[in-house]
Amino acid sequence: MIAFRGVSKVYTASGREVAALRNVSLRVEAGEIHGVLGQSGAGKSTLIRCANLLERPTEGSVSVDGQDLLALNPEALRKARQGIGMIFQHFNLFGSKTVAANVAYPLEVAGAPREAIRERVEELLSLVGLSDKAQAYPSQLSGGQKQRVGIARALAPRPRVLLSDEATSALDPETTRSVLGLLRDINQKLGVTLLLITHQMDVVKAICDSVSVLERGRLVEQGKVTELLAHPSTRLHQLCFPAFAPPTDAPSGRRVALTLAGEHARRPLLGTLARQFDVDALLVEGAMERVGNTRVGRLLVDLQGSADAVSQALAYLREQGLTLEEAAHG
Amino acid sequence: MDSQLPRLLGVATGETLYMTSVAAVLVLLAGLPLGVLLVVTDRGGLWERPALNRVLGTLVNVGRSVPFIILMVAIVPLTRLLVGTTIGTTAAIVPLVVAAIPFMGRVVEQSLREVDAGLVEAAIAMGSTHRRIVFQVLIPEALPSLVRGTALVIISLLGYSAMAGAVGGGGLGDLAVKYGYMRFRTDVMLGCLVVLLVLVQLVQWLGDALASRFDHTGARSSR
Repeated sequence: MIAFRGVSKVYTASGREVAALRNVSLRVEAGEIHGVLGQSGAGKSTLIRCANLLERPTEGSVSVDGQDLLALNPEALRKARQGIGMIFQHFNLFGSKTVAANVAYPLEVAGAPREAIRERVEELLSLVGLSDKAQAYPSQLSGGQKQRVGIARALAPRPRVLLSDEATSALDPETTRSVLGLLRDINQKLGVTLLLITHQMDVVKAICDSVSVLERGRLVEQGKVTELLAHPSTRLHQLCFPAFAPPTDAPSGRRVALTLAGEHARRPLLGTLARQFDVDALLVEGAMERVGNTRVGRLLVDLQGSADAVSQALAYLREQGLTLEEAAHG
Repeated sequence: MDSQLPRLLGVATGETLYMTSVAAVLVLLAGLPLGVLLVVTDRGGLWERPALNRVLGTLVNVGRSVPFIILMVAIVPLTRLLVGTTIGTTAAIVPLVVAAIPFMGRVVEQSLREVDAGLVEAAIAMGSTHRRIVFQVLIPEALPSLVRGTALVIISLLGYSAMAGAVGGGGLGDLAVKYGYMRFRTDVMLGCLVVLLVLVQLVQWLGDALASRFDHTGARSSR
């Protein structure tokens, strides 16, 4: 639905060239929620702004819904943009217009008849739960409510793609959860493809199907969130599960780090070890995280038992396809 | 105090109001598009035209830097061309308008530049035409500031119009100089000052009242 091919963006600032994006290629499938994760300054903002040509790439091509945006003339680009919704970190609502007028704006742009606009605005405000605020002005709303208006406005012309530029970064955790829930609902009920950028791992874990990790203008990783998290070698895994601190105590057994994902996260593995191999597992450190509808975890355990039993237990875990790393001895 | 005073003041106030209001309407009509052009033709603007922007900017600066009293004399030929005479209240409107348009242009430019760039960006992202962005986003969002700026320009026009009295424009300035100053009529002088003060206050109050009526950002910041 969205495809970046070899996109680079170079800014010239006071004679020096600064590359915000370097040869970025990215695909977002229809109906997907794709997150671009990166620190501030990584080029996320530039990337998402290239998806509706608020920024023009210096090189490469951007296509949305099968249309090569860079090939469009200004009039055709305006039309194409009407099919690409966007929400912003600071909401960017029109302060001089009521909530209803904000939501009506893109419909007026599209030239919809007045009666149709009125109906659509009502429908959208009820979708985002703000029917009672139609005549309020944005300054009278809370941050979460403003973003809901932003979402209603972006969805008004029934776009197939929604771009979210750090939409929850200015919101508190509680409000973030409810706005993310709304975005998830919209994705599922309306089938809108979502491209979002964020610096918050929690956002990726909460709603993204797939993810790209952006570092200093380059995509260092791309894939399904659950698949990437299942492998300790990936950047995403390392961002989600920071490395265990060097142990201050001597291991009380063979110390191994286990990564639990998919199937493994749903089985009582430690109990199995105890029952089948007579091996006790002491939990040293670790975390289980909810990712979408599944769980992923990383545990540091000391396996206690006879050397034989522990070896057998480890062999069993490997056989099960679990990723495990033995902590360095010493 | 004699019975002449109210009549003198009444006539002069009428002339001042006539000059100022006609000039204000014309200044508004010309200054608004000028300010919009100054903003949209600038680098990074909606309709980037750097050359045109420089020309307009320079014209505005020239207009702003010529003292009104000199401008008034300098454009006498233009005044004659437009109104057929260079003396009288109507003739005084021409230099008033010429002097205040660049001022109004800058005031409008300033107001429009205060509009959050994010709003323009959102409008572009929604596929708006430039015309729609100017009329549906920039101007409505800047309205409170535009109204305050307009009040400022009208108050300046009141001040200029007093000077225009010097070329036979009539009005309160003229009355204050001819009677109040030259004939030592302190009562006329005071009367003129009081009326001017009331007019300035009135415009300011009206401007503030309208501005806050159009201002929906409330006491809290919009962010």
